[in-house]
Amino acid sequence: MNAFDYAAPRSVDEAISLLDAENGDVGILAGGTDLIAQLKEGGRKIDLLLDLKRIPEATALTFDEAGLHIGAATSCAQIYTFDVVQSLYPALVDCTSLIGSIQIQNRGSMGGNFCNASPAADTPPSVIVQGGACRIVGPNGAREVVAEDFFVGPGQSALQPGELLIAIRIPPPVANSGAFFLRFIPRNEMDIAVANAAASVVLDADKTTILSARIAIGAVAPTPLLVADAGAALAGKAVDDEDALEAACAASRAAANPISDMRGTIEQRVHLSGVLTGRAIRGAIQRAKES
Amino acid sequence: MATKTEDYLGITDYKVIGTRPIRHDGVDKVVGRAKYGADIDMAGMLHGAVARSPHAHARIKSLDTRKAEALPGVKAVIAVADLPLQEDKIEELGEGAANLQHLRANVLADGKVLYHGHAIAAVAATDVHTAQEAVDLIEIEYEVLQPVLTVREAMQADAPLLLEDLTTQSLGEDSEKKSNVCTHFRHELGDIEKGFAEADLVIEREFFTATVHQGYIEPQNATALWGADGQITVWCSTQGAFDVRAQTAQILEVPVSQVKVVPMEIGGGFGGKIRIYLEPLAAILSKKTGRPVKMVMSRTEVLQATGPTAGSVIRCKMGVDKAGNLIAAQADMRYESGSFPGSWAAPGAMCIFAPYNIPHVLIDGYEVLVNKPWTMAYRAPGATNAAFASETLIDELCEQLGVDPLAFRLKNSAKEGTRRADGPVYPRIGHEQCVETARDSEHYATQFNGKNRGRGVASGFWFNVGLKSSAAASVNPDGTVSLVEGSTDIGGTRTSIAMQLAEVLGIGAEEVKPQVVDTDSVGETDVTGGSRTTFATGWAAYQCALDIKAQMIERAAKLWEIAVDDVVFEDGYFSSSDASKTISFKELAGRLDETGGPLMGRATVNPPGVGGAFAVMIADVEVDTDTGKVEILRVSMIQDAGKAIHPSYVEGQMQGGTAQGIGWALNEEYAYNADGLLTNASLLDYRMPTCLDLPMIETHIVEVPNPGHPYGVRGVGEVPIVPPVAAVANAIYDAIGVRLTILPMSPGEILKALWTKNGTT
Repeated sequence: MNAFDYAAPRSVDEAISLLDAENGDVGILAGGTDLIAQLKEGGRKIDLLLDLKRIPEATALTFDEAGLHIGAATSCAQIYTFDVVQSLYPALVDCTSLIGSIQIQNRGSMGGNFCNASPAADTPPSVIVQGGACRIVGPNGAREVVAEDFFVGPGQSALQPGELLIAIRIPPPVANSGAFFLRFIPRNEMDIAVANAAASVVLDADKTTILSARIAIGAVAPTPLLVADAGAALAGKAVDDEDALEAACAASRAAANPISDMRGTIEQRVHLSGVLTGRAIRGAIQRAKES
Repeated sequence: MATKTEDYLGITDYKVIGTRPIRHDGVDKVVGRAKYGADIDMAGMLHGAVARSPHAHARIKSLDTRKAEALPGVKAVIAVADLPLQEDKIEELGEGAANLQHLRANVLADGKVLYHGHAIAAVAATDVHTAQEAVDLIEIEYEVLQPVLTVREAMQADAPLLLEDLTTQSLGEDSEKKSNVCTHFRHELGDIEKGFAEADLVIEREFFTATVHQGYIEPQNATALWGADGQITVWCSTQGAFDVRAQTAQILEVPVSQVKVVPMEIGGGFGGKIRIYLEPLAAILSKKTGRPVKMVMSRTEVLQATGPTAGSVIRCKMGVDKAGNLIAAQADMRYESGSFPGSWAAPGAMCIFAPYNIPHVLIDGYEVLVNKPWTMAYRAPGATNAAFASETLIDELCEQLGVDPLAFRLKNSAKEGTRRADGPVYPRIGHEQCVETARDSEHYATQFNGKNRGRGVASGFWFNVGLKSSAAASVNPDGTVSLVEGSTDIGGTRTSIAMQLAEVLGIGAEEVKPQVVDTDSVGETDVTGGSRTTFATGWAAYQCALDIKAQMIERAAKLWEIAVDDVVFEDGYFSSSDASKTISFKELAGRLDETGGPLMGRATVNPPGVGGAFAVMIADVEVDTDTGKVEILRVSMIQDAGKAIHPSYVEGQMQGGTAQGIGWALNEEYAYNADGLLTNASLLDYRMPTCLDLPMIETHIVEVPNPGHPYGVRGVGEVPIVPPVAAVANAIYDAIGVRLTILPMSPGEILKALWTKNGTT
């Protein structure tokens, strides 16, 4: 690990000023569960470590009529223990409570999970299917990018030089809706997804027909994917329409574009995209029925 | 059962043995006071780091350390030229042997790198970050060569040669043929062709097992101080301090008396902490700088560059007659040796058919070089791979014969007098009793049904070893005994050894104060390996106690001014025919000064009567056929311990071996890419089981006394890793009807097998 400077700005403006190119390569510290490991293992060298945790907007976790505001440095454990998240956003509990160990969940943040931009990241699919957006700040002010557009490639996000992710916002859930996330790992904890999937559905008033659905899959392409065809296959179909469910699974298999590596093969990941899509949809429908 | 033999005492009413006292090192470990190698800090201490090969197979064209040496804070840089040249000589390492030239070339690459992570140079600097930065400044040019990654590739006639001068030792003779095959050996019993001709049912399959690591939690480390007087002290994490002393002295070309090895507490070894890696580097860096040098491997370095155990290809064939008698068995066992010779086909061959009485056996073993780290022992090395093959075939034979797999094992079990294919005739052994205990268990009696659920059983054998052990003990005036021994305590052996001494002296386990000491402070003691420590060092402690007892009897005789013959020691009391003369061990200990002064006992042993150990496992699994994932729902391990000195530690060994075996079965593997680079050198991606992946592991200790030990002890540490892989494979077959012949039986492999079975993709 090389020597570097450390700064803990108190405001967004101060943080943006420190992101100036003349400070060299700036590593942004939220939880540090990716970054510190990369620094210690020599995978990344930085000139300045910029700690977000003193910036109120980055650590805020609030809910109002606009929905849920998740500060980029909010830890996974803070998210899944927040009562609003537990009652209204169970798919966020699904994903934040299975990343790493409890120790990691106490440090690791959703913002960091997004910015690390691993194709196998576990939090993006849940945010994508619930219509979440990323609030980005930079020298030219603030902008919002829908979550599915935040990811550009492995390790690459839509952040431009000088910008940082300050928060993730998710609209309030509509009536008769439900969302669900799951992943497949060979072990039962402490692992990276071979594939993951999230689904959200909105049902009609008597909860027998799917009005709309959104499906996202991860670890099966260079970025997390919103599978529009899978959602379309379910829209207007009965909740127990097995053909529609299979069509949605087939859409996910078709959308998957994975690699083979030590965590899984192409064939396995394509297959799992379908399996997990089916299980996520069933989970989402169940939650919508219980809502 | 308790028949006395020449060595076995036949005691049935133990006072200390068989109880469960609190371990002597428990408090230190619980409160974090126990000192491990990484805890060492000394005034003026430097930190070392190692430059490692980014290639699997390459020639080193040039090595330039000038930029590294120029970095402020760097005090020394060394490469292979700093290691004395070695002659072509084999050194025993306790559990395996090594050629010293190979040991040297593994410590630092000599012209060629043979695996990803092979050490090339080492740096000492004022802090670890500077040392690592200096490593990055070492300029190395390579001529990259084609890597050889599998036994099959390595054995091809036109395969690139790893060691260009290596010739195959074939059936005990030098073939003079240059090859990646180090050794070919054979064991024969009966007439294999006749055997298969007589068999009514013959099954043959080929099995593949991945390279796996022991996964000890504490990385290798070494701190060395080469004093101005030439005395070298090494603090390290090792299974055998005397083995480190011998290897380090050889590699540095100094007399053993010039090296003192201080074994620190150890965070697991499982066979992987016997060979030296960092010790000579730290020593030479210390010699160059005059300061102590500490080196600690990262997890990545541990996985890349210490010894995992062998991957293998085993072709196995077994035949039975209609009545269900095993008639013939054949195995062709090809084990990866890694980058240098010395692999684990030999012990595998001793175990593969060992639980059974089979008249006709032929075993061919090959040890083959591949561009992977030099393999090392791993808990019953070679035997788990072997049992995967043979125990899967036995399951298949039972299925086709329509017989219960435990009944079949009992019918064909090896017993006292059975000859094993590699030669030995068994003394009293406990395989039948293990099978009976499994059969009669509540687990086996409980039905296990349901979709995609299945049960499997398997047997396993490990021969265990004896080797040298020493112990010395002094009697304290308060009646306690201070015991010094040289066996690294990995599984609670301070206590299991102390208990064997306490039993003789009629005192409590807590009244013995055991200590593991350095190589200058106790007689030579071989590695904690081969499941030998409680057996052999325990025996030394027993002998040591007899020595103390004899001397204490003399003291009592002196005190009472009577003949030694007239003193009896029983239940902790010395007495004589004169009923008024009786004194406790403790009281007599308080009167040593008036009867001649301090009293010490000592013993060294090299016991021949090693008792082999058998184990049987029952595994219940459920397979998710959509994802290929296997859940282990219930397991029982049944094992013959001979005599469980401390049953809790025996159970701990049984559970640990089972857990490791399940990891090996389901997910653990070295994942190499086509260039021979290890892609999963972290515990995130080298998937050992976590707590959530295992059920409570049920244990049944069987006690068939080893006739070759005073208390009937058999080694217990290794055999429990032997049956799990096969038991899980058999359970998976029972659940989903596919035979897995490849390890690990990962979700991807299970899906592939299901797709093949169903004719889908």
